[in-house]
Amino acid sequence: MLVIKGLKAKVEDKVILNGVDLTINAGEVHAIMGPNGSGKSTLAHVLAGREGYEITGGEVLFEGKDLLALSPENRARAGIFLAFQYPVEIPGVNNTYFLKAALNSILKSRGQEELDAMDFLELVKAKLKPLKMDESMLQRAVNEGFSGGEKKKNEILQMAVLEPKLAILDETDSGLDIDALKVVADGVNLLRNKDRAFLLVTHYQRLLDYIVPDKVHVLAGGRIVKTGGKELALELEAKGYEWITGNQKKEAKV
Amino acid sequence: MKPKVQEQPVEKVTQEEYKYGFVTDFEADEAPPGLNEDIIRFISKKKKEPPFLLEWRLKCFRHWTKMVEPTWPNVHYPKINYQDIIYYSAPKQGPKSLNEVDPEILKMFDKLGVPLQEREVLAGVAVDAVVDSVSVGTTFKAKLGELGIIFCSFSEAVQEHPDLVEKYLGTVVPYNDNFFAALNSAVFTDGSFCYIPKGVRCPMELSTYFRINAAKTGQFERTLLIADAGSYVSYLEGCTAPMRDENQLHAAVVELIALDNAEIKYSTVQNWYPGDKDGKGGVYNFVTKRGACRGVNSKISWTQVETGSAITWKYPSCILQGDNSVGEFYSVAVANNMQQADTGTKMIHVGKNTKSTIISKGISAGKGQNTYRGMVRIQPAAENARNYTQCDSLLMGDKCGAHTIPYIEVKNNSSKVGHEASTSKIGEDQIYYCRQRGLSTEDAVSLIVNGFCKEVFRKLPMEFAVEAQKLLNVSLEGSVG
Repeated sequence: MLVIKGLKAKVEDKVILNGVDLTINAGEVHAIMGPNGSGKSTLAHVLAGREGYEITGGEVLFEGKDLLALSPENRARAGIFLAFQYPVEIPGVNNTYFLKAALNSILKSRGQEELDAMDFLELVKAKLKPLKMDESMLQRAVNEGFSGGEKKKNEILQMAVLEPKLAILDETDSGLDIDALKVVADGVNLLRNKDRAFLLVTHYQRLLDYIVPDKVHVLAGGRIVKTGGKELALELEAKGYEWITGNQKKEAKV
Repeated sequence: MKPKVQEQPVEKVTQEEYKYGFVTDFEADEAPPGLNEDIIRFISKKKKEPPFLLEWRLKCFRHWTKMVEPTWPNVHYPKINYQDIIYYSAPKQGPKSLNEVDPEILKMFDKLGVPLQEREVLAGVAVDAVVDSVSVGTTFKAKLGELGIIFCSFSEAVQEHPDLVEKYLGTVVPYNDNFFAALNSAVFTDGSFCYIPKGVRCPMELSTYFRINAAKTGQFERTLLIADAGSYVSYLEGCTAPMRDENQLHAAVVELIALDNAEIKYSTVQNWYPGDKDGKGGVYNFVTKRGACRGVNSKISWTQVETGSAITWKYPSCILQGDNSVGEFYSVAVANNMQQADTGTKMIHVGKNTKSTIISKGISAGKGQNTYRGMVRIQPAAENARNYTQCDSLLMGDKCGAHTIPYIEVKNNSSKVGHEASTSKIGEDQIYYCRQRGLSTEDAVSLIVNGFCKEVFRKLPMEFAVEAQKLLNVSLEGSVG
């Protein structure tokens, strides 16, 4: 589904990604871990199409097509969803209205019929229930005055409504208490199926107790330096990132 | 009318001998350019006005000649030569068909979805009858008449109801109030008049839109609206479709009077031609709007959406005389490209327990300059007066400006006055967030801007609110990205 080959990116002359290779197949859940500043969030935003990054090498194919050539909205319409680490507030814009506009714009781009207000409300309420989220969330303005946990839950709700093919979660677990973390994890697990893939960007392995990944990658210095199964996350937890990055340095010296 | 740079003060010019050799030819349809007492007599005679009105016009004119054009607003324009303006002319023949209308305007009609039959009227095309609006207008008028509501052109009111006109004209905006109001008082040619009798609740939104053909009002428009005791009226002014006008200077005066327990809701959508991208040719909208809450428990609420005009300069205000009276001001003002807006309100608390609310949303884009200027004054007798003011500015791009200038004068210690202000830039992160969810940049901007204006839009009558949102989107098209 997603093939990243030798991806290099920089911001204002600072190299952040330095040759990332990664393949994600439909139905898989991948976790990307790594120390602060290793380029995890940059990778997420480069895939989503945020402006301000200069791609200096490599390519990204999404379902065989050149992803980097698409605008952010066309990537979203193609089925890529990014749950933001810091969800943005849009004062005065009703959450339901926002989500309906987003869904309809995606449906429209695919030549599908748009939903009217009644049908949409029915859909979004059905999505809320298994997530155990409160309906009052729908009446509030997008993320305005939301607590950190509510913002992250709202991201998960959006993901559930938009039903992406590839969902990227950028440190969605950070700053969450255990209850909110479970809501996030449930949201992902409910959506897991053979056609959908996930890329979880996280700093801690705690999230992976609830969402069991197929693969774990360690990103350091803008490259994936180690790949393994779910046990790799536990090993990282026990030994710290030094274990990997220290190795890296030694190898580099040789 | 083309303003020229000319340094002569008005007083000097107006006292000069009238160089066009004006002869009082009352058969003429058009006065020669310029302004003097003869011209005013000409206008008054043309309109067959009673003597009191001519006397009032002359008093206004004499005072105006002693006044100096104000320079305190935060707007810039070439000096206007008031002797170049033609102050009276019969309605001009418009374009013969839509083919003669500026394609830019037609494009705007498309974007706003203006019905075909209305386009001709709005573009000033000479048509015999606009089937829809005329028939609707007639039906309305009959219904209003049954209730004793008077809703007609100002000229008609002068003929039919001179007593009401004489009683109320100039009582809210006095003849010596300000330069442009004095000018308007001297030379206004038409406008709207409305009287709601005691205890009558006007069953429909009154709109000048319905009589757009009946009275072509020109550049000095006069509106007088009286809500008698216990009555209610909602009045809509303007329309969202772009109005092209050959006159550059518009100096209107609007006076509202609410007696005991009466309520007036006055909504404006202003979309005059703003000029091209370099600011050439737009309308100067210098308007004096004021309402007097004369009676106890009376209420006046102004809602405005100002997206047009090269320069907007207006402060719809409330004088809260009656005890427990309420004044409200809800405003969205847009300054895009080279547009300048200096707008706000004055809330003058005179009576006891008077309350006022001010919600102002300024949007600046392109090189637009947007100023909120507002005054809240609590007079000594205004026991327990309350005011809440909120001014928010939204900036799009880095070449525009937002300015907030609040004046607060409190002369009674029992009052409570609150002021909140914010300035924010439309965030790239907000737009990116929306785009990541599948919305185009344009849809994202419109969503964010409409969210910003929500508190004001929800004060507009439903249909108007939908149109206003659309208008805002069109006005700001291409401002980001």
